[in-house]
Formats: sequence, C-alpha cells, structure tokens
Amino acid sequence: MNQRSRWWSELLVHAALLVAVAFALYPVLWVVSLALSPGGTPSPRAIPLPTAVSLDNFRAVLGTHDTAGRWIFGRQLFNSVAVALCTAAASVALATPSAYALARMRFVGERGGMRVLLATQMFPGVATAVPLYVILDGLKLLDTRAGLVLVYATTALPFAMFQLRGAFEAIPRELEEAAMVDGATRWQAFVKVILPAARPAIAVTMLFAFMSAWNEFILAATFLSHEEAFTLPVALQRYVGEHDAQWGRFAAGAMIVSVPVMAVFYAVQRHLVGGLTAGSVKG
Amino acid sequence: MRAALFALALGLHGAVAGAQHLSLWHAYHGVEQQALDEVLATWRRAHPGATLDVLALPFEAYASKLESAIPRDHGPDVFIDAHERLSSYRSLGLVAPLAPTNGVLADRFDETAVRALSVDGELYAMPLSVKCAALFINPALVPLLPSTLETIEGMRATLPAGVFPLVYESQSAYYHAALLHAYGGEMLDARGRYGFVGPAAERSVARVIAMTRGRVIPDEASGALVTQLFSTGRAATAISGPWLAADLEGRIEFRVIPLPTVRDAGGHAMQPYATVEGAFVSSRAHDLGAAAALAEALTDVPAAVVRARVGRQVVATRAAWGDETGLSQDPVLAIFRAAAASARPMPVHPHMRAVFEPARQAILRALRGDRSVRDALVEGKRRFDDVTRPLPPRRDATMVLLALGLAAMGLATTAVRRAKDPDFRLALKRSLPAYAWVAHAALTLALLVVVPLVLGAATSFYAQQDGRSYFVGLANYWDILTARGGPIFGAGSFYRVLGVTVLWTAANITLHVGLGVGLALLLSRPLLRMKALYRVLLIVPWAVPSYVTALAWRGMFHRQFGAVNALLGVVGVEPVSWFARFSTAFAANVTTNVWLGFPFMMVVTLGALAGIPKDLYEAAAVDGADAWQRFWKVTVPMLRPAMGPAVAMGAVWTFNQFNVVFLVSGGEPDGDTDILVSEAYRWAFTRQAQYGYASAYAVLIFLMLLLVTRRRGAEAA
Repeated sequence: MNQRSRWWSELLVHAALLVAVAFALYPVLWVVSLALSPGGTPSPRAIPLPTAVSLDNFRAVLGTHDTAGRWIFGRQLFNSVAVALCTAAASVALATPSAYALARMRFVGERGGMRVLLATQMFPGVATAVPLYVILDGLKLLDTRAGLVLVYATTALPFAMFQLRGAFEAIPRELEEAAMVDGATRWQAFVKVILPAARPAIAVTMLFAFMSAWNEFILAATFLSHEEAFTLPVALQRYVGEHDAQWGRFAAGAMIVSVPVMAVFYAVQRHLVGGLTAGSVKG
Repeated sequence: MRAALFALALGLHGAVAGAQHLSLWHAYHGVEQQALDEVLATWRRAHPGATLDVLALPFEAYASKLESAIPRDHGPDVFIDAHERLSSYRSLGLVAPLAPTNGVLADRFDETAVRALSVDGELYAMPLSVKCAALFINPALVPLLPSTLETIEGMRATLPAGVFPLVYESQSAYYHAALLHAYGGEMLDARGRYGFVGPAAERSVARVIAMTRGRVIPDEASGALVTQLFSTGRAATAISGPWLAADLEGRIEFRVIPLPTVRDAGGHAMQPYATVEGAFVSSRAHDLGAAAALAEALTDVPAAVVRARVGRQVVATRAAWGDETGLSQDPVLAIFRAAAASARPMPVHPHMRAVFEPARQAILRALRGDRSVRDALVEGKRRFDDVTRPLPPRRDATMVLLALGLAAMGLATTAVRRAKDPDFRLALKRSLPAYAWVAHAALTLALLVVVPLVLGAATSFYAQQDGRSYFVGLANYWDILTARGGPIFGAGSFYRVLGVTVLWTAANITLHVGLGVGLALLLSRPLLRMKALYRVLLIVPWAVPSYVTALAWRGMFHRQFGAVNALLGVVGVEPVSWFARFSTAFAANVTTNVWLGFPFMMVVTLGALAGIPKDLYEAAAVDGADAWQRFWKVTVPMLRPAMGPAVAMGAVWTFNQFNVVFLVSGGEPDGDTDILVSEAYRWAFTRQAQYGYASAYAVLIFLMLLLVTRRRGAEAA
C-alpha cells in the first residue's frame, strides 16, 4: 500500500514537472518552428512543428547587406558582442572594489550611499532617457558604442554592487586577515584572496550585466542613428513593425540573438544557485 | 605630440570628407525600400567621390527620432516623410525651404503635391509620391465592377460562406475617413478641432457595425489579414493603397477601381485621404546645396520610373507620366493617380497625429458593442481633447529659485558646522582609505545615474512646446492627481492606471512565488530522478531575451494565426480576440510575465531550501509532525528571510515592467491594460512629446515605491 502510494506521488510529481517544462518550452518551440517554416505569415497550428523546413529566413537575416553593399549583419553582430562584453567587464571592474569597501569598511556616507543606490532602482527609465541623451551628446558619445557601454555599465552597477557586497560578506574575514598578517597589502589580499573566493558570484554578476546589454534595445534605438553602429536587437525590431510584420524573419533573428546569450547563460548557470543566494539581493 | 598630429590628421580628413558626406533616413520597407535602394545605387554610381549613409527606421519611432536627433546635429541631411508632418517639423525648425512654390522647380511636379508640401509660398520637400486608397477587385469572384457599396454588400448572398465581399482595416481611422467623408463628416476641421462625433460620424460607424455583423467585412482586419484574405481568394474586394498591389502581383489576378459611392449617404463617393510624401532637407544639413541636390535626384525621371515600377509608387514627377515611360499605361498606377486627384488631402494641422488613436479606439468600442455608437464617439472626442489639452500656463520661477537657494545655503551651513565637529573630522579621516575604493564607482554613478535622475525629475516642473521648455510649477502634478478634470476612475486617469498597476504587480508576484516555490519544492525532493535535466529546462525562459519572449507571446495570442487560439481550437473553443477585452488582455500580459519571471523565484528558492539544515526536519518528524505541518512549521519560516528581499525586488521590477505590457498588449483594449510606466512612456513619446508630464508620472511612481519599500523596511526592522 505504502509502496503504491509512493509510486503514485512520484508519478504526480513528474506529471507536474512535465507540464511546467511544456509551459517553459512551448513559446521557444513556437519561435523555432516559425523560423524554420518557409514564407512569412505564420499558420495557426497547435503543435509547434514546421510542416516543411526551410532555411530561407536565416539566410535572409544572416545575409543582410546595407545599400552601400556592406555586410551589415556581421557588423551588428560584432557591435552586440563588443558592447555586451565591455559592459560585463566594465560593470564588474567598477563594482568589485566598491562592493568590497561596502562589505568590509565603515565610512562616512556609506549608509546614505546604499540608500541612494537602492532608490535609483525605483526610478523608471522613461524619464531618464532624455537627460541621458543630452549628457551623452555633451560627452560627444552619442551614437557611439562607447557611450552605450558607459550607460549600460552604470545601469547594471547598482545591482552588481548589491550582488557582490553580499558575496564578499559571505567570505570569512580570517582569509584576508591571514594574508595581511603574511605581509600582503589590502589590495593584494583583495586580488589574491577575495576575488578568487568570490568567483561564482562574479561570474553570475557578469552574466547579468552581459545579458542586460545584449538584450537592451530601447536606449540603443534612441542613442544610435547609423546602421553600422546598431546592435542586433535594434536591427531585429524592424522585422515586426506595425505596418509590416515579417514573423519568419523575426523568429530567425530572435534565434540568432538568443543562442549566444543562452550559451553564456548555461555556461554560468551552475553558479546561479550559489551566486545568487550569497548576494541574496538584500539592500 | 603624436596624438596631437593624429587628431589633426583626423580633423583634416573630416573636413575634406564633410563636403561629400550625406545621410538619408526613411521609414520604407518592402518594395518601396527596394526601389529607393535602387535609386540610391544609381546616385552612388554617378557620385563616386561621395559617401551616402542610409538609415531605415521603424515607422513608429521615426518622427520622435527625427525630432530629437536633428537639433543635436545627429540627424540626417535628407529624410523622407509625409506632408501632414510638415507643419510640426516647420514649427520645430527642422526643415529648410527648397524653392518658391511658383518657380520652375515646382512646375516639374503635380500641383496638388506641391501645394501639400508648401507653406507660405515656399516648397519644403521634393515631392516623391501621392498615396491614397482604392478598391481592389478579384475578377474571378466579381464579374461586374461594383460602383456602390450596397452592390458589394449584396454579394454576401451569392458568395460562398468562407469568402468575404469586402476586406479593409475597418477599425483604422485612416481607412474609415473615406466612409466618413461620404457621409459628409471629417476627422479634423481646419482649425484643428476633432470632428469624429455627431450625426455623420454616427451613421458612418453604424454602417461599419452593420457590415461586420452581416459578415460583409471581417472583424479586426489588420493589414496582413487584408493581404492574406484577398491574395488567397477569400475576399472578393479590398480597400487598400498601391502597396497592396506589390504584394499581389504574380499571386492573383486583380483589378483596381476608384472607391465606390454610398447610396445610403446620398450617393456620395467614399473619399480617401491623400498623403504626399516628399524628400525633406534638414535645416541642419552640413551642406544644404548638396542635400537639396540629393533630394532632387530622387525625383528625376529615371528615379521616378524606378520608384513607380519597383516600389509601386504614384510618383509626383510630371514628366515620368509621359508616353515614353509607359507609366500611364500601367492599369494600377494610372487608377491610383486618378483616385489621388479626387482624394482629400490629409489635414496638416499638428493635431492630426493625435486623431488616429482616439478615433480607432472609438470605432473599436462601438464594434465591440459594449457602448452605444454615440457614447463611443463622444468618449473618443474626450480622449482627443485630453491629449491635446492646452498646456499649463507659464509660471514665474523666481520664488522656486529663491527657495532652492535658501535650501542650498541651509545645507551648506549644516555641512560647515558638521565639518567643524572634531568627531566628524576624525570619522572622515578614517574614511579616506575607503573612498579610494569607491570613488570611481561613485563618480560614474553620479554622472550617469544620479544626474539624469535629478534632471529627469526636474523636467516634471516644465512643459514642452515646439521643442522649448518653460516652467509651470506643480501644474503637471496637479493635472495628474486631479485626473485632468475627468472622472477620478475614468479611462486613462491616474487612479485607474494605478489600480491596474497594483493588480498587475500582485497577480504576477503571487504567481511567480507560487510557481517558483512549488517547482523548487518538487525539484528538491531527495529521490527525484532527472532532477538536473528538469532544472536546466525550467530555466529556459530566464535565458531568452525578454523582448523576444514578449513579441513571441504577442504572436501566440494573435487572433488569426496565434498558437493559443489553435490550442483552444483543438478542445473546440471558438477563437478568442485576446486584446479586445480587459480581462483576456490582462491575462495575456500576466501569462507572459509569469513565464518570464518564475525561473528566478525558483532558483532563489532552491538556494534557500539548500540552506535549511536537514536536522530541523528530522527533529520535526521525531515530534510527530506530518508533511503538511513540516512544510508550514519548518520550510516556510526558514524560507521567509531569504525570499523577502527577492520578493521585494521582484515587486519593484514588476511594477515598472515596461517591455511586457508595451510589447504584448500594447495597452489594448483602449489603454486599459497600461500600467503607470507604459502610460508615462506614451505621454513622452507618442502623445505630442509631453516630457514634463511623463516625468511627473515617473516621479510619482518613484515616490510611491520609495514609500512602500520604506514602510516594509521599517516593519521588518
């Protein structure tokens, strides 16, 4: 009897999980089948499997050239990769020392600073887009990738600092104290002891910064005004305009944009549980 | 030294190249883009020394991008747009006059086109093409050419069940205007007042309702559906512009005739709007002469012929219609040219842009039948008046500056007093090493996060007109908090949108936490097989870019080709118009956002569950607690501290979740599913650029979130 009820409960658990997996995968499969279907307009089908497979949509998206005959897709792919990598590097480089100071040192303005940091997360981006436009213009960085990296990195900074502060606090003080007793400066202890110990959290923080930069399109579409500087999401936006929606192209483009970020995500995901809870996003 | 030389070389290079460097923006797609590309390729061959950058932008973002880029010298030298934008571009000082209206140059173009693109005797754009709607006919289904709308309606009796007599975008104000004009009404009068109310408007809308109910026209036809139905022989006639011809050629046989007359309207013909597209020259063009020459090159005869043949445009260059080009023998273009001559030019008043959305919503409301036609139209007028309401009066800023000055002085004296305090000085001195660690982050944050935030907040005390701002005090806040004089819970009022936002946040957080915690509990069962596989598959939604997700879900909720309706069809449920009602549109948004957000909660819960010591459960089991009691007495209390901050953060994000609402329902129906951020976005970017008003919304959102989280923080402490 007991055996049998355990078997039943096991079955129920798997059934529930399978339903959840179906929910999680269905839209993804829908996009994949749309991308592989020939022709632009989707047909109403419940099972997301293409009836005929064609790579036309991929060919069209990958082979996008501009009017001057340059291979614009390659250029935009490069922009996206460069902007996302630089954002990840810059935000973590900016966040680690300050997060360390917040975790280990007491200083005047610490609490006020933390409060301001937390408050910035509550202000909607709608109202800051125009001032940012003006500031970037003043810095002569409007319509450049560097300007975009700067904006993305600072936007990602508050979250990165919360994340890393939590991670550093979880590392026992004794570790770096031991190093400093052995003659290391605080900076050396930070670089040699703390950073390696916080590797999973740093990886997760970089992942989030990378993802936010890779996926952002509203600011990019506002700040960039020549096609060669566009990132992929901005280019992708054109396929689903109000007046002419090319769903097949959009789906193919969406897959091309999603695959790299998913690869990075899955490379780091095993750190996700540890990396996130250590930070535990507490303010 | 080397750097200086390098900079000098770059500067020189820039100066030399500057003369021959041009840029052009447009919002074309499909065949029109192809035709333009061809014309520009010819231009490039003729100007080997010059460089030309071309930028194709989505139509929705086009005008606001031009308006922000040109004044800062980041705009194009030449851009293509329609004539009804001319008056607002001119008042913003974005466009340069090109030639006198009565000169030799203007004589090369059709007179109506020149008139549409001129103000005060000056031509502001090189006329490219004239667009208007006409009637497409499938000769296989319609043997006799119908001359009245009633004839088309009569075909319902003879056509097979799956074939509509007529298809057009019936809810679009642009197409509806043709019918309205037949009944003697107009969308906007010459003084910029909304005209889509009153007897003529009511009769025209009642006609659309009758045709929809009688299955003469399909419900909710989008442009894509018009093409789809007509090209597959499932619509006998269609109302559309020359662009439809490009999609049909080679797929189906068709003919084009002018729009029919309406017997019910006293035999008047349906009169479509005509819009004239032109190549404008930016007032900030680096070289006005070169830019004007480029704009002119788009209109010479060979270029016009390419645009007509490839892009299916009714070109405005007179000589292109001469016998030697053969354009006048093209049955489609010739009919459209004749139709354009008797079409009604779209009004040029700046308020024209504000007409389309309220008028569309009014037609939709009347079609849905939850309100009488008259009420639906009156509500449309109210919305229009709301968006175009007079801006608040200018206020004197002296008192505010004085108050700010006093506050700054007060702050300065406290700072000085504190700086004299020896304890504080000691603390400050001790802090110096820490500052070395945080300075760079603090500086960048201050410049790129705090300063924009403060500037953005300050904008809320200003109003914008013709690209200039003036101080209005608290008027924006007053307007928002008094629901702009309308009913407190009326459509689009702050309180109603706030209610939707709170409901939205609560629904999402409940489902995120419920699903996340539930799945995490299942996954953390010690004996579960394939645990790792399940976990990897369940976090897929987190990895996919959120705008891709949002757009994919919007496609899946599409009434005609969406997967959700297909799934419902399997179970035998009728297709649902997801975005026609608040409840279903809201459900669609929530489904999308739950899909996006549950993996985060699941992963956070998994981490928290891993941190609960096993012996707690053992102790509880020893005490005789069953599984249910163990969950409530051990798991829940132990999860709470780790989940609290994640839930709070999630609530803040959801409250401001712009992407999902904007991309999935887009606020449909009628802005009902808009949340505060998307409402603010609309005021800033789609409703006459009222940045100050949008900022006031942003500040209110910020203050509410700050207050609520402070409260929660105080309770927790």
